[in-house]
Amino acid sequence: MEFDPFSLARIQFAANISFHILFPTLTIGLCWILLYFRTRFTLSGDRDWEYAYYFWVKIFALTFAIGVVSGITMSFQFGTNWPGFMERAGNIAGPLLGYEVLTAFFLEASFLGIMLFGKERVSNGVHLLACSLVTLGTTFSAFWILSLNSWMQTPTGYTVENGVLMVGDWWEIIFNPSFPYRFSHMLVASLLTSGFFVAGVSAWRARRDVDGPATWKVINTGVLLAAFFAPVQIFLGDLHGLNTLAYQPAKIAAMEGVWETERGAALTLFGFPDETTRETRYAVKIPQLASLILTHDLQGEIKGLDEFEGEHPPVAMVFWSFRVMVGVGLLMLVVSWWGAALIFFHKQHQPLFLRALSVMTFSGWVAVLAGWYTTEIGRQPWLVYGLLKAKDVVADHPTAMLMTTLVAYLLLYAFLLWSYIYTLAYMATKPSQSLTALAQAHDDQVNTSQQEAS
Amino acid sequence: MMEQWLPLFFVSVMGLALLVYIILDGYDLGIGLLLPLADDTQKDQMIAAIGPFWDANETWIVLGVGVLLIAFPRAHGIILTELYLPVTIMLIGLVLRGVSFDFRVKAHSDYKGLWNRLFFIGSLLAATSQGWMLGSYIMGLRANGITYVFAFFIALALPALYIMLGCGWLFIKAEGDLHARAIYWARQTVLPMGLGIFLISIATPIASAAIAAKWFSLPAAIGLLPIPVTTFMAFSSIYWALQHPAVLQGRNSWLVFAGLVTICLMSALGLAYSIYPDIIINRLTIEETASSAASLRFAFWGTAIAVPMIGVYTFYIYRIFGGKARALSYE
Ligand code: HDD
Ligand code: HEM
Ligand code: HEM
Repeated sequence: MEFDPFSLARIQFAANISFHILFPTLTIGLCWILLYFRTRFTLSGDRDWEYAYYFWVKIFALTFAIGVVSGITMSFQFGTNWPGFMERAGNIAGPLLGYEVLTAFFLEASFLGIMLFGKERVSNGVHLLACSLVTLGTTFSAFWILSLNSWMQTPTGYTVENGVLMVGDWWEIIFNPSFPYRFSHMLVASLLTSGFFVAGVSAWRARRDVDGPATWKVINTGVLLAAFFAPVQIFLGDLHGLNTLAYQPAKIAAMEGVWETERGAALTLFGFPDETTRETRYAVKIPQLASLILTHDLQGEIKGLDEFEGEHPPVAMVFWSFRVMVGVGLLMLVVSWWGAALIFFHKQHQPLFLRALSVMTFSGWVAVLAGWYTTEIGRQPWLVYGLLKAKDVVADHPTAMLMTTLVAYLLLYAFLLWSYIYTLAYMATKPSQSLTALAQAHDDQVNTSQQEAS
Repeated sequence: MMEQWLPLFFVSVMGLALLVYIILDGYDLGIGLLLPLADDTQKDQMIAAIGPFWDANETWIVLGVGVLLIAFPRAHGIILTELYLPVTIMLIGLVLRGVSFDFRVKAHSDYKGLWNRLFFIGSLLAATSQGWMLGSYIMGLRANGITYVFAFFIALALPALYIMLGCGWLFIKAEGDLHARAIYWARQTVLPMGLGIFLISIATPIASAAIAAKWFSLPAAIGLLPIPVTTFMAFSSIYWALQHPAVLQGRNSWLVFAGLVTICLMSALGLAYSIYPDIIINRLTIEETASSAASLRFAFWGTAIAVPMIGVYTFYIYRIFGGKARALSYE
């Protein structure tokens, strides 16, 4: 790819959103997990849950802050990088983004203050309410932005006047055909990502013995959460694929590396798609499986890339990112079920398992990025599928300026990501004061009861 | 008919959002600018004074830009494209600032100094680039020498206003030492800020003939008189209060902040009058760029319900965190 303003604007947008999405993915899921900790504490009075909450709410705050500031960057980038998009599709995209600000951002940003710092100033009930409102805010936010993104993938409910897209029916726009799949797949992705995140960090703490009993409760929560949602995600992913087959067959052809339309298409597990020779080299295939998965019929027909000459996305990127996502998804299933079995037999202290959990700490990030790349690159060259091409709406900034700002953003993001992980590791080694106090109290209790027994 | 006044409604909401942004994020950016001048305990107190609020404060600019995008997509495209560079610098500043906030207490204590410095640098980048954008916007986004000079001066004046707002906020939230320091800082800043506002008020009509025509014609000039008069009165009371710091102790500690809010409000009214009915001076009117009626109607209901609600819970949260700032604790 040569560096013309168009590709630079794209790389810049992609870099920013890729950086941004890492943090929402965690905050959306973490919110629910924190809410769970808070509720468990309120119901049972068991202080472990409260300490788990205190430890994780700090990490949540840090994650949230990065999510917010990188999100603010995103909200300006539609205008700075794709002014044509707003001119042509603004009638539809504008209100959807607007509702996100009005219903979601203010809710989460405002009540975050109480959630983080208000513990002493409000009653337990109000604090719980604030936590719920922040959780609700992050979920609303995902709702609106995914509605917009899904509409760009599978546009419905619009009319065209003089090249400008006009609103036909809001209901059809918001609940466009791919929205239910994308929204649920993304929410579950967040839960999985944060499940592995809390379990991974806690396993790391447990292995280094900076733990209190609260740490084990967190590990169990994360693992069981993941064990429940990993199969759900695979199921949702399958439905999502069927939906994509119906609306964006070119994307499916690229995901599966199907070069020519065929019946009884084989599923390619691995291989190297090559667009110049139009074949997948070193392909490992399972006969007829692709047709079976996608059409639920061994002889079902799958449209090949040959039907979309010149209009299909770059094959290798889509093909590979799809496999990375599915690979991580299967790995998550294996690890979380293994963990669930260990928990069932009270064997979760097994070092090999804790190590595996630590390795998986950021696995959700990998799958989420891979999933989004499949989705976003897979719709190329379209921006709004079938209606608007990305290259028609780009702003024409000088190459040098775009290059400079791109480098600035990349440096900033690299620095922040490094700081985030570094600080996380530092926080994880610190026996949080409350946890230490708790461990102490626990030991004392054990000692007294032992003394009493003897 | 509803369609007619919808663009006007949205332009007012946008103006309101940006005004609230300047006031609210203004005080926390101002505190960021003052941070290097304070000692270590004061730094913590200053951060505690803005901790629960900064995130919601920043959301107002997202609303401002959001409304621009909902209601005036073409203007949104033009403005953000032309201001690409300052916008980028501002964003980088806001990013640095927002995260330093959290990192400074969570990172290893060896790095606290680094994050404090980044907090300051981020605030400075954001404040000056916002000033620059405001300046270029008033000049109709034209790329010429006068615009640059004018923008340059506003890039200096806006941070001064933010510093004053920061001090005004500290009078309300801080005690003892820090309170006294804030009075000292405010005394240093108040005259440059006043001068800045004065010069800008004079320079605007000189630099832009279109604006001059609106202000210096009778009877408009008489009707507009309250704007400069109120501004002057607010400024004088701020100045007076700073000379009598005892006033700022206790119950009347909000006086300076209120005076600054009045100045911001008056400036906003003046600016709105200068620009209306354009959205980009001499280039694009509100009418020309408005979205389709169907989009505006859909967005109207949400806005009309949500904005007052946001007002209510913002008020509630300021109540909860009212009074002098205490050390921030998650527990
Ligand atoms: C699936 C979820 C999701 C996706 C795809 C996006 N975001 Fe996001 N965004 C969130 C989920 C989220 C969130 C969970 O609501 C955040 C993350 C952390 C936070 O504070 O809120 C957030 C924060 C956030 C903020 C700051 C809100 C505040 O001030 O509190 C803005 C302005 C945006 N985002 C804008 C965008 C734009 C323009 C996107 C697309 C191009 C985008 N986000 C993609
Ligand atoms: C949150 C996760 C997301 C990720 C990781 C992501 C990733 C990407 C990537 C990699 C590209 C570049 C594609 C290419 O040039 O080949 C892209 C383009 C784009 N995406 Fe996304 N995206 C995400 C979400 C969204 C959302 C929610 C929206 C809109 C509501 C959106 C709108 C766009 C637009 C406007 C472009 C630019 C035009 C283009 O190159 O097609 N993206 N994104
Ligand atoms: C293992 C089974 C999985 C399958 C079969 C699957 C399938 C899919 C499909 C078909 C798409 C849509 C591409 C498109 O048509 O636009 C997709 C997108 C996506 N996937 Fe997966 N997925 C799986 C696992 C995961 C996991 C484990 C995660 C993250 C933890 C994840 C995160 C995402 C994301 C973020 C997107 C993009 C947003 C969207 O379109 O919903 N997926 N996935």
